[in-house]
Amino acid sequence: MSTRAHHTWRKCKNALMQTVTFCCALLVIAPLLLIFYTLLKSGIGSVNWDFFTKLPKPVGESGGGMANAIVGTFILLGLASMVGVPAGVCGGIYLSEYGSSRLNGWIRFGADVLNGVPSIIWGMVVYALVVLPMKGFSTLAGGIVLGLIMIPLIMRTTEEVLQLVPNGYREASLALGIAQWRTITQIVIRTALKGIVTGILLALARVAGETAPLLFTAFGNRFWTHHLSDPIAALPLQIFSYAISPYEDWRRQAWAGALVLLLLITTINVSVRVLTRDRFRK
Amino acid sequence: MAITAAPIRMRPEQRMAVRKYGDRAFKWLTLIMALSVFVLIALIGFELTKGSHLALRKFGWHFLVGRDWDPVSEQFGALPFIFGTIVSSILALLIAVPLSIATAVFLTELAPQWLRQPITIFIELLAAVPSVILGLWGIFVMVPWLRSHLFPWLKSSLGFLPIFQGPIYGVSMLAGGVIIAIMIVPIITSVSREILRSVPGLQREAAYALGATRWEVTRIAVLSYAKKGLFGAVILGLGRALGETMAVTMVIGNRPEIATSLFAPGYTLASVIANEFTEATTDVYLNALFEIGLVLLGVTIVVNAVAQLMLRTLGGPGVRPQA
Amino acid sequence: MTPDQEKQSRTMPPANPPRIAPPRPEQPAQPATAAPVHQDMPAICVDHLNVYFGSNHVLKNVSLNIRARAVTAIIGPSGCGKSTFLRALNRMHELIPEARMDGTIRLFGQEIYAPDVEPVIVRRRVGMVFQKSNPFPTMSIADNVTVGLRLNGIRKHGVLAERMEQSLRMAALWDEVKDRLRAPAISLSGGQQQRLCIARALAVQPEVLLMDEPASALDPLATSKIESLILELKKDYTIVIVTHNMQQAARVSEDTAFFYIGELVEFGPTAKIFTSPSQKRTEDYVTGRFG
Repeated sequence: MSTRAHHTWRKCKNALMQTVTFCCALLVIAPLLLIFYTLLKSGIGSVNWDFFTKLPKPVGESGGGMANAIVGTFILLGLASMVGVPAGVCGGIYLSEYGSSRLNGWIRFGADVLNGVPSIIWGMVVYALVVLPMKGFSTLAGGIVLGLIMIPLIMRTTEEVLQLVPNGYREASLALGIAQWRTITQIVIRTALKGIVTGILLALARVAGETAPLLFTAFGNRFWTHHLSDPIAALPLQIFSYAISPYEDWRRQAWAGALVLLLLITTINVSVRVLTRDRFRK
Repeated sequence: MAITAAPIRMRPEQRMAVRKYGDRAFKWLTLIMALSVFVLIALIGFELTKGSHLALRKFGWHFLVGRDWDPVSEQFGALPFIFGTIVSSILALLIAVPLSIATAVFLTELAPQWLRQPITIFIELLAAVPSVILGLWGIFVMVPWLRSHLFPWLKSSLGFLPIFQGPIYGVSMLAGGVIIAIMIVPIITSVSREILRSVPGLQREAAYALGATRWEVTRIAVLSYAKKGLFGAVILGLGRALGETMAVTMVIGNRPEIATSLFAPGYTLASVIANEFTEATTDVYLNALFEIGLVLLGVTIVVNAVAQLMLRTLGGPGVRPQA
Repeated sequence: MTPDQEKQSRTMPPANPPRIAPPRPEQPAQPATAAPVHQDMPAICVDHLNVYFGSNHVLKNVSLNIRARAVTAIIGPSGCGKSTFLRALNRMHELIPEARMDGTIRLFGQEIYAPDVEPVIVRRRVGMVFQKSNPFPTMSIADNVTVGLRLNGIRKHGVLAERMEQSLRMAALWDEVKDRLRAPAISLSGGQQQRLCIARALAVQPEVLLMDEPASALDPLATSKIESLILELKKDYTIVIVTHNMQQAARVSEDTAFFYIGELVEFGPTAKIFTSPSQKRTEDYVTGRFG
């Protein structure tokens, strides 16, 4: 091949690869677009006032809503925060501010291992730890399992964010004779607060959609829950049980539930983006 | 104007308190929280082992190779699920890896600047879609389409292969593989992006200086440098695929059989736990499910550890836990 | 305070003799380990100081006395241990995990490395200003100045407000910021931020102020403001300043110490160091033959 032809061939190959990889990128985002489209199409009609305020109707009857599931999800997230946030943030503080690099390496490795544990396994463990002794499925168990899943997530994001705080602030604070623990809590954490909150929100968005661990901890409930020791409904659980049911009305509501859940999660993710964009602009 | 005022002294008790208790207490508090990681790992291992001891004792190693899963006669063998997990994960990798790495290459090297951010955002949004919603879409949109369009086409054009033979139900091993692929594409893509971005600019510059086209620069300077890291990203995707539960359960058919056809329904380790845990009537049944959990745990931990090691020893500052 | 009271307090030494161990209520007199404070006592006595980072012998056998109410300049080429020496004076080098030291350092007669002495207490008496100004970004100007007091337990509003104004005046920043005390500290210019850091350090009322190249990141106008500030402050405070700018050292200091690769080569009155040093290495450095 002459040099000219060879050069053209190279340019063609370049354009070809650009097109190919572009098509791959399109294929990758296609499912998301399809899902959004289907959710909107199938779900929007059912997202009405009833949906947010009514309890599920008995099998076969149409109507009703997912009020208890929506509230249940929020309750579980609240409980999960109580478990996951203190442990995760404090652990992240230790990794960032204290500790030898050797121990910290192992702790980080352990956190990453925990992050890779399938969520259904967490469900089994909390079943054995909480549900069996309590002799029943409970809100508490559901909150605990989601909280435990959050711990390694929050630990790593907190550590990362704290590491970003310039050392100059720690030095300035210590040079003023401020004790180290106060330096960390009042100066370092205050500076990194936005990032820590971001990490917590992202962890919440992640566990809000978890179904598997709740299958045998929170278990689900057709009615309102009044005690921590009672089972509780949650959006993902409700979506799942409706989706695999044979009833057309329930399936319709499953789409609505999925739309609401996805909106909730997307809202959290988008607001996190907005929060962090301000940080970069400064 | 210089002024010297009388210095204010701390009250002695105040000083003592700060000195003695504050620093040490705080350090211990945070240390205990950090060590909870090890406590949790131990707890998981312990509870799973305890919960499966009946099955362990009854079946021993035979559990891993037994083909019968029969709650009625209390015969439990995990081979169908191991088979299902492996096959669906490999399928998912076959589909997802080329797409993800190509997309990552597109985003870091070949795409025009204005296109990069929107596509990246879309991929991160896809990563945030919960498994159950993907499963819902899978049951009502993807599976019908597979059943009426893709599978018949595969059967008619590639039907001479044993994997594309047999009755078509829609819910199938292949559907499971596809849905897992959709779930793991975001994580492989974003980790691959990090890896590719961490390739030093000097490598690229050297290639450009030789007059290479963009694609050639990518192929020569970037991809070969990043090979190991990309492999780590793939292993990480595999780890994620192994643990995928809800979406798979909803589209794979949930039949504990080992079949050669990809159109046949399958069953994975995670799915059987999700489906049958609350229906486990006897202790042995429950223990068998716990043992399945143990197997799943072991496999995912090993795979994830390998992935982390690969990613840490070379490319990038470590992997951020992904949504 | 009236002008007369001001004048009086300026010439008097601090009302109470400085203490390091917490004062025991039944013993209003000084603890037995302290030497009686007198007018000519050096602020800091450094005796055979050696500092190691791991196996690296960073400071070798340094001994000198820092005069009270005067400015001592530390000069020397990069990497000679100036900053390490400075940080040894308020136990800041301990933040580095592999750091060790031996030797003694006395602050107004009291050893600061004695086993029962808390570094936190030392650092309240020996303040520090850093090369890169670092006002806390989430706090206002007022909060930055008072943070050292607030986080050490002083909460009374009146005291904080009074101390804040004093410190800002001492740092020659009051007039520029008095109308926007609630503004974020990072909205100030570089030179103003550095003076804010000085005010912040002064607010806890240290006896000694350490400055690590405080003006090196600033433009000449801001630098000269910092230097006039130093000349004012030295009437009441002992100041130790590390600088790579020899003219600056000559302008502001009474004594100068020249360090070279971890050793104290020469120490003496500034005029002598710069005009007729006794060591050849000193002479080579100040005349610009190396460095």
